[in-house]
Amino acid sequence: MSEVHLATTGSQAVPVPPPAVEVRGLVKRYADIEAVRGIDLDVAPGETFGFLGPNGAGKSTTIKILCTLVQATSGTARVAGWDVASQRHAVRRHIGLVFQEPTLDTYLTGEQNLRFHGELYGVDRAGAAARREEMLRMVGLWDRRGDDVQTYSGGMRRRLEIARGLLHSPKVLFLDEPTVGLDPQTRASIWEYIKNLHRSEDITVFVTTHYMDEAEHCDRIAIMNEGRIVALDTPDRLKAAVGKDRVQITTEDDRTAIRTLRERFDIEAAVREGVVSFAVIDGAAFIPRLVAELGVPIRSVAVHRPSLDDVFLAHTGSTIRDAETSGGRMDPMAVLARRR
Amino acid sequence: MAPVPAVPGPVATEPIAAVPVAAVRVPAAGLRHQARAAFVVWQRELIRFTKDRARMVSSLVQPVLFLFVLGVGLSSLVSAGNGAVDLKTFLFPGVLAISVLFTAAFSGISMVWDREFGFLREMLVAPVSTTAILTGKCVGGATVATLQSMVLLALAGFVGVPYSPVMMLTLVGLLFLMAFMITALGMLLAARITQVQSAMPMVQLIITPLMFLSGALFPLSGLPTWLAVLTHLNPMTYAVEPMRAVVFDHVQVDPATRATFDPGIVWNHWQVPVAVQVLLVVAFSVAFLAAAVARFARTE
Repeated sequence: MSEVHLATTGSQAVPVPPPAVEVRGLVKRYADIEAVRGIDLDVAPGETFGFLGPNGAGKSTTIKILCTLVQATSGTARVAGWDVASQRHAVRRHIGLVFQEPTLDTYLTGEQNLRFHGELYGVDRAGAAARREEMLRMVGLWDRRGDDVQTYSGGMRRRLEIARGLLHSPKVLFLDEPTVGLDPQTRASIWEYIKNLHRSEDITVFVTTHYMDEAEHCDRIAIMNEGRIVALDTPDRLKAAVGKDRVQITTEDDRTAIRTLRERFDIEAAVREGVVSFAVIDGAAFIPRLVAELGVPIRSVAVHRPSLDDVFLAHTGSTIRDAETSGGRMDPMAVLARRR
Repeated sequence: MAPVPAVPGPVATEPIAAVPVAAVRVPAAGLRHQARAAFVVWQRELIRFTKDRARMVSSLVQPVLFLFVLGVGLSSLVSAGNGAVDLKTFLFPGVLAISVLFTAAFSGISMVWDREFGFLREMLVAPVSTTAILTGKCVGGATVATLQSMVLLALAGFVGVPYSPVMMLTLVGLLFLMAFMITALGMLLAARITQVQSAMPMVQLIITPLMFLSGALFPLSGLPTWLAVLTHLNPMTYAVEPMRAVVFDHVQVDPATRATFDPGIVWNHWQVPVAVQVLLVVAFSVAFLAAAVARFARTE
């Protein structure tokens, strides 16, 4: 992945590519809540950047500020080199948007939706038809281009929206929860399209999700909670920083096993979903010792590398699901969207 | 035309591109781009209209009923006193206006559905002005309404109105102008309506007084004061009267009868010229459109 610092390492006068997204001290305050509480962020051109957090963490508000749909209370943000507050039209010309909620005209055909978009964005007519074909083929909808969008499945509609978001060759593609409400298979295929984008497009992808497993597809991720970025790194490094692996065992006598773990190994274990579960540094190396010294017959062992769920837990003290259900603060934009 | 400038402020300076990209070019926004955006929004209105057969039929049936059922049914009453003008001839311009009213109000209010299904957002996040989008939508609604009214225009001969080309063209122009005004009014209302369920009742709520207080179904002469005041406050009155004037210009009728059926609009003893009425409709159109642009630009 290309890095922002590429210019400083080159000996010739390589032009400095502006960061795809550059955020400084961004704050968004609504009447009674502070949705974004001062965030800083740099996304390099060509990156696939994941923005994670429970509903209400401030992800949607942040992405709406970056897309010029909401004005920040304070701080600055630049997208593809343009200021989101003072150069809104320039920003809009150079970004592609795929919203959480569908924004297609279902009474038009797939191709008509793209044509409409191209005209709205002032895409050069000379190359427009070829570009439409290229995009429709990329998302596998070329054969269905003449059908009304009404007849498309949820996954097809999402793909069409991605194709449409890319039609005007944006520098940055914003995807706000692109897989929400889709079945696991369709989710996986949407991610295939997103990952393959870099082959044909010179583009930065900025994606929000609250599915932790999906963030694995990103080059780097930022974890947001209660309006702040609490962690920002590659998925691997974030997981490595958590340190401990999660070990799950089933035994002949779980209560004795838990007591022995506490007394002999100084490990707090608990029964979760019928298995004894605990966290330990380098789980694989710990297993032989465990088997030799536990004193209770072990039926099965499973060792899990830390997941991004564990990362989230480590940084926020709660699981993403708990943060959402007890989660307290509602996303103000979600409330607005629902009320409309 | 509206407070939001069609050309956005100072055009941003191009930052140095990271890599030369061999993809489609998106030129800086200019007037041409705004026009293209408005044009494609207009096209969408036409495409959607041709796909909606039910709407095509329903918005035609009602005016035809008004014209023939009301015209024939009431003419027995009216002709008893005055046989010089067929009531259907009198109703013809009014019914044309009513047919345009129905279609155009629906076109304007359809913004509520555009919002509900998210497409409004696709339009409003594009790098074009809200004015361009809403103008396209307005012209689209007006075009659809005018096209529909042509079917009624074709029936002119059945109600004693001659097929004069000049009259027909003038009527089409006036119908278009009125449809533009009503679509803009519908959009303005749509900006306030957030519930799809309340959209149709709302349409009924505005259509009915606009229709009954416009002089479309009765002459404006000899009305009690309260009714006269209300009709004179109704923008649609100023759209219906010019149409009636044009029709009566082309119908053989003695001055006394015309004075009864087509008394024009009088403001405090001043006979308002037709040209002023038309200008008023233009002014209303611009005002409604500007207000709608201001509302939609704010909500997104």
